Amino acid sequence: MARMKFICDAERCIECNGCVTACKQENEVPWGVNRRRVVTLNDGVPGERSISVACMHCSDAPCMAVCPVDCFYRTGEGVVLHDKDMCIGCGYCFYACPFGAPQFPQAGAFGMRGKMDKCTFCSGGPEKDNSKEEFAKYGSNRLAQGKLPACAEMCSTKALLGGDGNIIADIFRARALKRGKGAEVWGWSAAYGKPDNPQQQAPKGAKP
Amino acid sequence: MISASKLASAAAALVAAAALSGCGERDQVIVYEQGKYQGKHDTRPWENDAGSSLYTTSKWTKGDKSSWEAALRSRNQSQNEYARVE
Repeated sequence: MARMKFICDAERCIECNGCVTACKQENEVPWGVNRRRVVTLNDGVPGERSISVACMHCSDAPCMAVCPVDCFYRTGEGVVLHDKDMCIGCGYCFYACPFGAPQFPQAGAFGMRGKMDKCTFCSGGPEKDNSKEEFAKYGSNRLAQGKLPACAEMCSTKALLGGDGNIIADIFRARALKRGKGAEVWGWSAAYGKPDNPQQQAPKGAKP
Repeated sequence: MISASKLASAAAALVAAAALSGCGERDQVIVYEQGKYQGKHDTRPWENDAGSSLYTTSKWTKGDKSSWEAALRSRNQSQNEYARVE
C-alpha cells in the first residue's frame, strides 16, 4: 500500500465545514483545538477557492525532525503519529509545521500549553487499538475498523479525498479529465452563470 | 645575555601568536542526527478483528495485512462517484 494521503479539490470545496464538524464529532476534539479547518482564498470575491487543511502526514515531516523528545513516529501506512505520554508541549512542532497542524489545548492556568494534538488520519495512537485510553488521548481509530478518515468520508461534495495516495490520485485524475477545465465546469459560472464582465478586477481592499 | 630588544621582539611574537590563535576557525555546524522514536509501540490496524467494531462493512482476516489493504482499497472507491455514474 502506498502512503495515506489527503487531497482537497479546490474546484469542489464549498466551505461547508462538514469535514471540520465530522472530525470534531468523531474524535471528540476539545474546544479550542482544530485538527482540521477550511481555508478560503479571496473570500467574497468571484472565483474564491477553499481547501480543507489538516496534518498532511509529510513523507519527511519537519515536526518529527524538531521534536526534542522524539515522540513522533510514522506508521507503515505513512501516517505521522505521536506519543502524548512523551510530549512535553514545547511547541517546536507547531513552529516547524508549514500547515499549522499541531494544536495545543489551553485549558491550564496562565495559558499553559498542554500536550500537542493533531490529525491522526483517524488512526489513533500508540495505545491498544479502539481502547478507551486510545480514544481519550488520540480519538477514533477508524483505520483499525477498516474505515477511512471521517472528514473525507463525510465530505458532501467529495472535494476532500483521503486514503491510499495512489488510489485517490487516480480518482482525482479521472475526475479532472472528465469534468474538463476548471471553473467553467464546476465552479462559479456553473452555479451562477457567466460574469457580465470577465475582465473585471477584484474590488480594492479585498482580503484573502 | 639577551638584549632588551630581543626580549621585546620575542614577547611581541608570543603575544601575536597568542592573539592570532583566537582567529582560528573551527567548524561550528552541528551534525544533524536523526532521532529515534522513544515512545510506546503501536499495534497494526490489521491486527484487529474485523468484527470488533460497529457499523463497518469492511471485512478482512485478522493479522492479514493484504486482506486489510484490499478492504481499504475497495472502501476507497466509495469516494469515486464517477464509478457509480457509469
